[in-house]
Amino acid sequence: MTMATASKSTSQGAGRKIDLQVIGPVVALIALILIGMALNSNFLSYANITNVLARSAFIGIIAVGMTFVITAGGLDLSVGSMAAFVAGLMILTMNTLTENMGVSLPVILLGIALALGAGLIAGIINGVLITRVGIEAFIVTLGTMGIYRSLITWLADGGTLSLGFEMRELYRPVYYGGIAGISWPIIAFAVVAIIGEIVMRHTAFGRHCAAIGSNERVARYSSIAVLKVRLATYALLGLLVGFAVVMYVPRLGSASASTGLLWELEAIAAVIIGGTLLKGGFGRVWGTVVGVLILSLIGNILNLTDFVSPYLNGAIQGAVIILAVVMQRKSASDR
Amino acid sequence: MADPILALRGVDKSFGPVQVLHGVDFELRPGEIHALIGENGAGKSTTMKIIAGYYDATAGETLWQGKPIRFQSSDDAEALGIVMIHQEFNLAEHLGVDQNVFLGRELKRGWRLDHKAMRARTSELLDRLECNIDPSAQVSRISVPSKQMVEIAKALSRDLRVLVMDEPTAVLTERDCEILFRQIERLRDEGVAILYTSHKLSEVKRVCDRVTVLRDGAMVRSEMVADITEDEMAAAMVGRELSDLYPAKAVPQDEVMLEVEGLSVPGIIENASLTLRRGEVLGIGGLVGSGRTELAEAIAGLRPRTGQVRLMGEPLPAGEVRTAMERGLVYLTEDRKNAGLLLDKGARENLTLALLDRFGKLLIDRKAEEAALDRAIEEFAIRIPERGMPVGNLSGGNQQKLLLAKTLLSKPQVILIDEPTRGIDIGTKQQIYGLISRLAAEGHAIIMISSEMPELIGIVSRALVMHDGRVVGELQGDDVNEGAIVRLAMGLGETSTEAVA
Repeated sequence: MTMATASKSTSQGAGRKIDLQVIGPVVALIALILIGMALNSNFLSYANITNVLARSAFIGIIAVGMTFVITAGGLDLSVGSMAAFVAGLMILTMNTLTENMGVSLPVILLGIALALGAGLIAGIINGVLITRVGIEAFIVTLGTMGIYRSLITWLADGGTLSLGFEMRELYRPVYYGGIAGISWPIIAFAVVAIIGEIVMRHTAFGRHCAAIGSNERVARYSSIAVLKVRLATYALLGLLVGFAVVMYVPRLGSASASTGLLWELEAIAAVIIGGTLLKGGFGRVWGTVVGVLILSLIGNILNLTDFVSPYLNGAIQGAVIILAVVMQRKSASDR
Repeated sequence: MADPILALRGVDKSFGPVQVLHGVDFELRPGEIHALIGENGAGKSTTMKIIAGYYDATAGETLWQGKPIRFQSSDDAEALGIVMIHQEFNLAEHLGVDQNVFLGRELKRGWRLDHKAMRARTSELLDRLECNIDPSAQVSRISVPSKQMVEIAKALSRDLRVLVMDEPTAVLTERDCEILFRQIERLRDEGVAILYTSHKLSEVKRVCDRVTVLRDGAMVRSEMVADITEDEMAAAMVGRELSDLYPAKAVPQDEVMLEVEGLSVPGIIENASLTLRRGEVLGIGGLVGSGRTELAEAIAGLRPRTGQVRLMGEPLPAGEVRTAMERGLVYLTEDRKNAGLLLDKGARENLTLALLDRFGKLLIDRKAEEAALDRAIEEFAIRIPERGMPVGNLSGGNQQKLLLAKTLLSKPQVILIDEPTRGIDIGTKQQIYGLISRLAAEGHAIIMISSEMPELIGIVSRALVMHDGRVVGELQGDDVNEGAIVRLAMGLGETSTEAVA
């Protein structure tokens, strides 16, 4: 009896504390799903949902990493170009290896290792320039963004780099296959998101990221290795960019100058819509996942229906981003 | 006696959940110098800012010549002739004296500025104040007392009725104070109502007509100065006999815990040395900016340094704050809002921030954190209305206790404490003094930096005094007194360490 009363009163306490910032993104997501269901009966079909989720996996995996960078008070504009460059490197390497080793699993494994390694190194380069050389994150990643975009264009000689046909067939299942009807990119996104959420909320690294973003000086005076933690956020993001590329290359089997275009902005937008503060100090990975889903559902719904042109996708996404920040500001000033 | 020109009736003021003024009644009369005194955090500044229109009272009313009035901003108050001179001057450093005096109310001829008229007017005002500042001089080039005169001239350039001055003598030498007092007395004779705060009771006794004492945001006494002694003022400020405030002094043991030899921080500290024993409370006095904080930060690894630091006999590497903490030396910052606590986070996150590796291996053990917070709340008597609330909403005293709990969580042996009681109420101060003395009695070694003379004198058994980046003197036992500390802090009469340098 006493137990029952106790649990009742706690649930009431939690109910009173619901604030817009916490549930806002979830409400928006549910509203989008309801709208989608109302407008098109195919919206909830297995094929459509799988398609939407699998395609949002790349941005989603990157956005999880971006959540840590932004929570620690940083920013990375280079991830889209980085993804294109890493994809180009991976394809070139795998094509070269195929000549020597034939169409085989080791080639794929080496390609994957290269993509992860290249992403990690690119992230570390950003991190070192920001933390050790002391240049602002915005400037550094604006620079590397241009560099990687230019490098992929140069590698592809202005055209498209394609994986050999047979190799592509062998690698295809990594994007199109799956277990129990769930495709690999969705599983990969889910695993990255769950681990990310745990790391953010339940490990010293996540706590330190929030502390640094909240007040770097307090973090330093609390004997946190501020520079190392910062560097680690960029390295983690680079690694996740590499991982996203591993899932992306088997989808089209090619990379060009337009690969990963504007991914950085979509990833940042997803993070912000999810309720992470752009100035740092507070971040939540589950919110980012919701943000990614919101952005891709908007595109999907516009494609499925015909009274708003899909060309307006960007405009609606832009409005959602601004609205999300307005809501953040409102609930912050209410405090 | 003249009727009050400005009065507060039952004024309350809260910042968020923290109430800082409780029903303050207060009257200012023309031709009277009224002193407002109280400990730090008693509510003096808040009261002054309400009078001068910077803050709005939460409850109660302001009366102007007997009628209720509400100021929308300080501009409304200034329009009536109520001017506040802040402790940090409000002058545009790169403009001339005359440009500052007429800033925002420039005299014009047609659409052009009338430089000649403004310069002449400024010159007149400065003459009236008996000071010979060139009206065309750039403000950044004139001395601090001159700047204060410019502020007063600026106030005089309006129809001045009420002058509010926040610790005007804190930045002045004795001679400049005398000049200031003459000007204030002259203004009084002209019928201006003057409100004046100061920490120097002798000054209040000498200059003011009436004194009001604030304690913890409430008015506890208001008397004609002639009817109250300095001791009575002090007793009213702290609410008890001063001698009760400090616990018995700690007795140092023989074991040396910390040795600093020839420590330098480029451009800030030159060749500082000290020795600290088990059970000792060593004070560091000196003016703000004399290098006290930087010395402590350099020892704790928060600043690059040269020179030797030995902790319990072992050399401590420079610039490694983590190592220092793990080996048992911690620094409690003076700047709790910007360097001590994450104001937007809860007490739990703040408490364990520096020591997360002791709370769970891979994942943080939240239960252990909560338990640690329970212990801290009990041990340090921290009042937290709601457990998850951002610590920025706690009162200064509770923030300071939480910061102490956070700093002491690693169970350090050597503790460097910087301004432990800045901006907190007297009750919490007493608790903190008690804590420091208990820590020393338990065998910790403590360095306490403080700008508050009485607490330095009341707690430490030995004091170093710093001036301009150097340790200029050491005082022991009964020699630790206000006069000796001030003399050394001002750079007069260096003692023993001069020979070493």
